[in-house]
This record gives sequence, structure tokens and C-alpha cells, in this order.
Amino acid sequence: MTRVLKYVFYDILRTRFILFYTAFLLVCTFALFQFDSDYGKIVLSLMNIVLMVVPLIAVVFTTIHLYNSYEFMELMLAQPIHRNIVFLSEYMGVALSLCMAYLIGIGLPFLLFGGIAYSATLLSTGIFLTLVFVSLAFLSAVLTRDKAKAIGIALLFWFYFSLIYDGLLLWVVYSFSDYPLEKVTLALIAFNPIDLARIILLLQLDISALMGYTGAFYKDFFGSHVGLLFSAGILTIWVIAPIALATRIFARKDL
Amino acid sequence: MISVKNIEKKFGKLIALDQVSLEMEAGKSYALIGPNGSGKTTLIKSLLGLVVPSAGEILIDGKTILNDWKYREKIGYMPQIGRYPENMRIGQLFDMMKNIRQEVTKTDEELLEAFKLYKIFDKRMHALSGGTRQKVSACLAFLFHAPILILDEPTAGLDPVAVEILKEKVLHEKRMGKLLIITSHILSDLEELSTEMVYLYEGRLQYHNSIAMLKEETNESRLNKAVATLIKQKELLASVTE
Repeated sequence: MTRVLKYVFYDILRTRFILFYTAFLLVCTFALFQFDSDYGKIVLSLMNIVLMVVPLIAVVFTTIHLYNSYEFMELMLAQPIHRNIVFLSEYMGVALSLCMAYLIGIGLPFLLFGGIAYSATLLSTGIFLTLVFVSLAFLSAVLTRDKAKAIGIALLFWFYFSLIYDGLLLWVVYSFSDYPLEKVTLALIAFNPIDLARIILLLQLDISALMGYTGAFYKDFFGSHVGLLFSAGILTIWVIAPIALATRIFARKDL
Repeated sequence: MISVKNIEKKFGKLIALDQVSLEMEAGKSYALIGPNGSGKTTLIKSLLGLVVPSAGEILIDGKTILNDWKYREKIGYMPQIGRYPENMRIGQLFDMMKNIRQEVTKTDEELLEAFKLYKIFDKRMHALSGGTRQKVSACLAFLFHAPILILDEPTAGLDPVAVEILKEKVLHEKRMGKLLIITSHILSDLEELSTEMVYLYEGRLQYHNSIAMLKEETNESRLNKAVATLIKQKELLASVTE
């Protein structure tokens, strides 16, 4: 496994995209530190970048990388190597390099300017989101042979979770505003990793008071250990389920 | 050594392989022929596990290859169109393959020498001509002393000198008692390299016998004439039965 993984890393580093991504995150974070010295505000500003940009970069980079390394995978599969090993090596290679880029890009400024404790939640949710969207992109890549289609499906995942789902959720909340919806929305949020990440982050920032009664309810739930375990568990399912399904499909795929 | 039992492969509505059964033994060289789209490459890819048959099974050394991967160390494969990581250099590609298969300590680099690929080791794969790419594929197929060699149109795109070098190598391996499976449309090449003939047509196995027997049956002394006669006979038979 490590032998295949080594070449996946080698291939990813050569395209330099990861370096640009790291540099982009570094510049953003450094710039925010120049504007403000309140860690809370910096985290809040970064949150908006993280929730939009990180999933987008993850899906686009993953699908493009996978299709570009089709030849490599084909070559490996004619060798005495298990299919799952080839596939999961690709996953690990992409996921680890994106996570490293994120950790360095966001974490390094916090380490330098202090306030690493504030960034802990930001870092962990960002890593979770990266993993979730890399998984989803792998799933979309095994669903079709066509590169353009796969990128389309992957972008649709991103679009759905970052925009469409929120719209639907708002519509539900608005239409049924006469009913107590806290528990229902809580359940609905679990179906969207981006929303889940957003709420975990917002509650860390002590601005949940702005969200009224629902905010207080969430604070009560997510602030507790059970809530933390619940959200981490849901996010882990979001990471594992798509990649497990993708591995199953890939194991029987004709090349 | 290889036994293919009633395998069937469908791609949507298209039937690429239809109830193909075949026994292949070590020390023999099989010429796999048939018109374009007759299922030759699908059969080869099924042997490698790149294509999973819809039905039937393939046994190599008595063990089924379904969900197995270890058996592939016994196969050296030269694809019809070699696809390699485009921005890798030739040298890096060979280093990578050796690194991936570290358990093979002594590699067979005769062909690398013969094709003088060492001289262009720093060329990138995307800059290679079709023929050079074929040479790289050939070298990789022979690199790990695999007892089964599968060559999919090995001579297509190679220059005459390279063809001779490759044929020499194939004959050498055949004398060493390896099992060879060769597909080609150049029957004169196959006549030199193979002893057995397998003829596929529209996914069905039409003929499987030794080349000597085929020549005897058709009363022809040259393979291309013999195959032409065989195809005509089959067509005639088909038109009569219809």
C-alpha cells in the first residue's frame, strides 16, 4: 500500500496545485490577521471561506486528479495488487495532501500569531469537510466514465449541499413556522455536512445568542459531550459511506 | 495452466464474449485471432481481471481468479495501446514498476538493452511516438520473468528491426516453456511465433486447434491462406444453416 501511495503523492506534488492551494489559504489567513486582532472575528471570517471554498476545491481537484491518474491506475491493476489497495491509495493520497494543505494554510498563521486554541474547531471541521467532499467526488468519479459528467456530478454535490439544501431547509422552516421545529431541523441538518460544520463553528463563537431560541437549543445540544459525539459521528458517516460505496462499485468495474 | 470455463461478458446489449471455453497449457504459444471487435481484447482483459465476466469462471493453476490478485504476478501483459502516466520519464516508469514489485529481485532487461531504451530514459511519456511506446510496453511485459505472457498486437507500430528483436525474444521465451497468448492481424508473424490457433468471431470461439492441424485440414501450406479458407468455410456453413 505505501509503495503505491508514494507514487500517488509524487504525482500530486508535481502538479503544484496543492502548493497553490496552501498558498491561497495562507494569504487569506495572514490578511485577516492584518485586518483584525480579535480571534473570534478572524475565525468567523475564515469560516465563510472554509464552508464554501474547501468543499469546492476538494471536489474539483479530486475528480480532475482521478481522471488524470486513470493510466496509472490501469497500469497498477495489471500488476499483482488488490483493486481496493490501488483505489484506497488514491483516496489516501488525495485526502492527506488536501488536509495537509489546509492544516498548514490555516493552522500556521494561528500558530505564529497565537490563538491556536480558537482555531481547533475550525481546523477539525475543515478537515472533516475535506474528507467528506473527497469521498463524494470519488463516488461521482466511479459512477461514470466521462470526465465532464463526473465533474458535473461532483459539482452538483457541492451546489446541493452549499446552496440548494439550505434553500429547502429554509422553505421547510418557513412553511411550518407555527410548529416547534428544533428537533426536526436538528435531524435535517445531519443530512448536510456543510450545515453541520457551520453550526458547530457558529456555536463555538458565542454568537449563538443571535439565533434566538433555536440557537439556545442548539447551544444546549451541541455544547454537550453527546452533541459533540453526535456531530463527529455524523460527519464520520459522511466520510465513510460514500467512499465505501465507491470502493464497492470500483471493485467490479470494467476498465 | 489457464482454463476458461463458459465465460460470458455483456456490455449493455452487446455480447462481447459468448460461452467461451478454452484450455491453455504451459510451453505452448496461442495465436488469438478474429476480426475487429470479436472479443479478443475482452478475453485478454478478463484473464487479467480488468474486466469481470458476467458469467462463467477462469482458473489459473487450478484456482479461480475472481477476487484474487496475487495470480497476476504470473502474467506479463503487453497492452494493445499502452497508457502510462503522461508526465513520467521512461526511466522513472521502470523504476516505479520495479519498486512496486520489489519481491522480484532479478529483472529481465534484455529487451531494454536491445531496444536501446537506456538512451532515452529521460524522455517523458507524452513525448514518445507510438512505436517507442510499444517498445516500453514490451519491455515491461517481459521485465518480471512471468510464466504467462499475454501480448496484444505486439508488432503493431514497430519498425522492422524492432519487430525482429521482439520476435526473437518471444521465441526465446517460448523455448523456455512459457505460456504465450498473442493476438495480431499480421498472420505471417503469428505463423512464426505460435503453435496453436484460437479463432474468435462475434464473441464465440469458432476454432481451436494446432496450426499444423489447421493447415492439414484446409490443405494450405501458409497460415494466412489457411485462415482465409477456414473463414470462408465457416461463412459457407453459416449461410447453409441459415
